[in-house]
Amino acid sequence: MPSLKDVQLKIQGVKKTKQITKAMGMVATSRLRGAQGAMEGFRPYAEKFSEVLGSLAEKAGDEASPLLIPKEAVKKIHVVLCTSDRGLCGGFNINLTDSVKKFIKSNPDPEVEYSFTCFGKKGRDWCRKNQYAIVEEHLGIVGSRFGFNVASTAGKKFVDGFLSDDYDEVYLVYSEFVSMAKQLPIMQKLLPIPPIEVEAEETTEKTEYLAEHICEPSADELLGELLPRNVYVQIYRGLLETSTSEHAARMSAMDNATKACNDMIDNLTLAYNKARQAAITADLMDIVGGAEALKG
Amino acid sequence: MAENIRLEVVTPEKSVVSEAAQIVMAPGTLGEFGVLSGHTPFLTTLKTGSLKYKDETGRERFVFLSGGFAEALPDRVTVLAESAERRVDIDIERAKAAAERAEKRMQSGSTDTDFIRAKAALLRAISRIQLAETR
Repeated sequence: MPSLKDVQLKIQGVKKTKQITKAMGMVATSRLRGAQGAMEGFRPYAEKFSEVLGSLAEKAGDEASPLLIPKEAVKKIHVVLCTSDRGLCGGFNINLTDSVKKFIKSNPDPEVEYSFTCFGKKGRDWCRKNQYAIVEEHLGIVGSRFGFNVASTAGKKFVDGFLSDDYDEVYLVYSEFVSMAKQLPIMQKLLPIPPIEVEAEETTEKTEYLAEHICEPSADELLGELLPRNVYVQIYRGLLETSTSEHAARMSAMDNATKACNDMIDNLTLAYNKARQAAITADLMDIVGGAEALKG
Repeated sequence: MAENIRLEVVTPEKSVVSEAAQIVMAPGTLGEFGVLSGHTPFLTTLKTGSLKYKDETGRERFVFLSGGFAEALPDRVTVLAESAERRVDIDIERAKAAAERAEKRMQSGSTDTDFIRAKAALLRAISRIQLAETR
């Protein structure tokens, strides 16, 4: 049986923890709003971009750019891993690193070399622990405000690496923001660029007017210009999604923690009151016992 | 008077311009081009420079553009740029500082890629400054 003092201290401790988790949850909520705003702002660009790209891809040949052609032997795989910098967000980072682990395991070829570019400290730490080669690390980006240039400078290196045969394939791992309660780890192939699919319902109308498009320079050249940018767009989107997911994950983790604190405080208060009452009863027994003894 | 066309300038971060325009002049890679209502469908890459358009009231407006492409359709022009700013939003001090930095890097740059990058940065800074000063 813990003493009264112990229980009281414990209650105070849990209350302090609750204050912290609550504050962190509130910070995550406001940051989430910012991240969602950034995602909203990006949407018109992304939509227009994929529209133009899709129609261009139809027009240009399949081999318009070396970025579209898969390498014959895949020996060097580069993974772009987007995670958060900080923890306390539930299983968020574990889910991401697990999906990488699964991917590596699913590849039966033992001679494949993996290298990593890490956005976020947690992913970097994971790579270090598992002794994967880290080509580059970018900290302080996921979860804060960042510009498109972050994605384009990083993306340029992947494109160059792919063209100079340093990488045979490049993958992007990020967390998709499905809803406040759900974030999905996604593994997406960045390079070689998978065949671009045009959404079926819109195809008919679009091909009609695009057939008349004048392109300057030629459609092939234009596509060559746009494809690397498509890689940057994907990375940027991945980073935005990961940031938003991180805040959402932290929000719900902190919410749960706050609730758990409340439960603990309730239980402890109950234990405290019980102990207090037991002490009073014992004291009373003593007094009554003493009085009886004096009477006798 | 010809009908107006819809001009949209979007960057990955936000939508910069979305309004009706009488005419749009944009810096294509193969030369500057102007778009009026009823233009043939047209797709081109853009170079760093300034986009000029006349709004509904006929006032000339300028937007700085870097790295992007444009699609012209009979009733609208869409510009997708990596960065874009209206002239009033250009931060001259920042552009001047960027120009200085880029010049220094061009002098001390050890590799070719450094040089090319610094040159591109300088170009961006200079066209920002030029645009901001033509009032």
